[in-house]
Amino acid sequence: MHLYYLTAHQLHDMLVNKEISAEELTRAVFDRIDQVEEKIRAYITLTREQAIQQARQVDRARVAGEELPTLAGIPVAVKDNICTAGVRTTCASKILYNYIPPYNATVMEKLNKEQVVMTGKTNMDEFAMGSSCENSAFFPTCNPWDTGRVPGGSSGGSAAAVAAGEAILALGSDTGGSIRLPASFCGVVGMKPTYGAVSRYGLVAYASSLDQIGPFSRDVTDCALLLNVICGHDPLDSTSAPYEQLDYTSFLTGDIKGMKIGVPREYMGEGIDTGVKEVITGAINVLTGLGAEVEETSLPHTEYALPAYYLIAPAEASSNLARYDGVRYGYRADRAGDVVDMFMKTRSEGFGPEVKRRIMLGTYALSAGYYDAFYNQALKVRTLIKNDFDRAFEQFDLLLGPTAPGTAFKRGEKIDDPLQMYMVDICTLSVNLAGIPAISIPAGMVDHLPVGLQLMGKPFGEGELLRVAYAFEQNTDHHRNFPE
Amino acid sequence: MIGIKEVEHVALLARLELTGEEKEVYSRQLSDILEHARKLQQLDTKDVPPTAHVLPLQNVLREDRVGEHLPPEKVLANAPDRQDDFFKVPRII
Repeated sequence: MHLYYLTAHQLHDMLVNKEISAEELTRAVFDRIDQVEEKIRAYITLTREQAIQQARQVDRARVAGEELPTLAGIPVAVKDNICTAGVRTTCASKILYNYIPPYNATVMEKLNKEQVVMTGKTNMDEFAMGSSCENSAFFPTCNPWDTGRVPGGSSGGSAAAVAAGEAILALGSDTGGSIRLPASFCGVVGMKPTYGAVSRYGLVAYASSLDQIGPFSRDVTDCALLLNVICGHDPLDSTSAPYEQLDYTSFLTGDIKGMKIGVPREYMGEGIDTGVKEVITGAINVLTGLGAEVEETSLPHTEYALPAYYLIAPAEASSNLARYDGVRYGYRADRAGDVVDMFMKTRSEGFGPEVKRRIMLGTYALSAGYYDAFYNQALKVRTLIKNDFDRAFEQFDLLLGPTAPGTAFKRGEKIDDPLQMYMVDICTLSVNLAGIPAISIPAGMVDHLPVGLQLMGKPFGEGELLRVAYAFEQNTDHHRNFPE
Repeated sequence: MIGIKEVEHVALLARLELTGEEKEVYSRQLSDILEHARKLQQLDTKDVPPTAHVLPLQNVLREDRVGEHLPPEKVLANAPDRQDDFFKVPRII
């Protein structure tokens, strides 16, 4: 097995036992990048020199006999909407094409303290708006399982990098499914933590009440390890939740006897591909075989999640993206007359079509005369969706369904029809609206393309998600599949 | 239905300058999306409070103490245009 296809916990043991050095590992991953990146295009920026320096530092500590943090020396890719001091952070947008943050996001401070090796910044849909990674202002990323297909979005670069061995772990962000969808399409593990569990300080804002940073990995143990590093209260984020920090690896016992799991019938009905449903049914059989009690349930307002989300998220985005005016950083249009003309030209030239569409939609939903009919109604429906989950969790420890209604689609297939593209998110949006955690894990293949199983948990119930995900993984082989 | 006039009004509010073609595309696409969103109005939400935020956090305060700040050089390093320690913009009045 190649080094670049091993997991972080395997590599940690090899580093500690001096079977490999961090520099060798980093070079192996960059050799892999050199080999496949032309086809995959997962990265906007590679930080090779810095990575080698970071690896050497880990090796010096190792030789000196210092105890290594668990993820020390592990190559990690970072989505390009997470601020990295001194390293260009573009959000895959022309309007930030040259932005070099003067500070680190809190998650980057945490990764640096852990002594991970950052490989680079990954491609995404511009400002995290999209489900296919085709909305990047630079280039689309390809799915490692079939390069004619999309990797999912918006964190498509991070998912593709982990799937193709171009990183061992990665960070993404999830506002309506942007970690889980690409995890499902690329056959890797991806988790959206509870809203408030991971600091958003230094995450470029899209929809602030929904955005959450989370991990990508090739197995559930690695997901728990990366979650251990990035979680925790942060005074720099006023929506960061004060809660007790846990060691998530303590949930990886394999024992799920007697756990009550609900399957919302809305997630297994119309609009979900037959092949996907078969994979999920197979997963249910595995969990039942391990002693879980699986029963059908209902989240009756599921069909309203899509319209509610596509009003709330654009409304927040229209406000958040008002800051891009060409004054303090980023792109500025030349040949502008007065200052308002400069704002308008800068924004019109700097933003891509989907970003403009969402700014327009959000501005409309918040404008006089439409606020109550659209935005406020969407917030009330958000309450109903959250209540559905609260009721279900009185009866069940967690809920289960597919992550996406289908497998990875072809590039160009949905890009001209925004509503069709938005439909791809029907299984993931409710989770963000309710603020709960969810994980997508590889559960099988349909026509040689990966299918993700989504587990949804109670607020701050990441541990229980990992418990079930781990039990499933230990009794199946899907996480050992790699694209050619 | 969102007409061209309405698209122009919203674009101005959002400080976007759209081409004739963009106006037509957005008129059609926004109409489709908002038509889909009308579904929300089927629900009776008279007694339902809105959820703007899922966490029960309010008024997160900190001590009123001067913290660390970025030096002007770092703050201005990304500026498209500057003069001394200021961001420079085209004429306002």
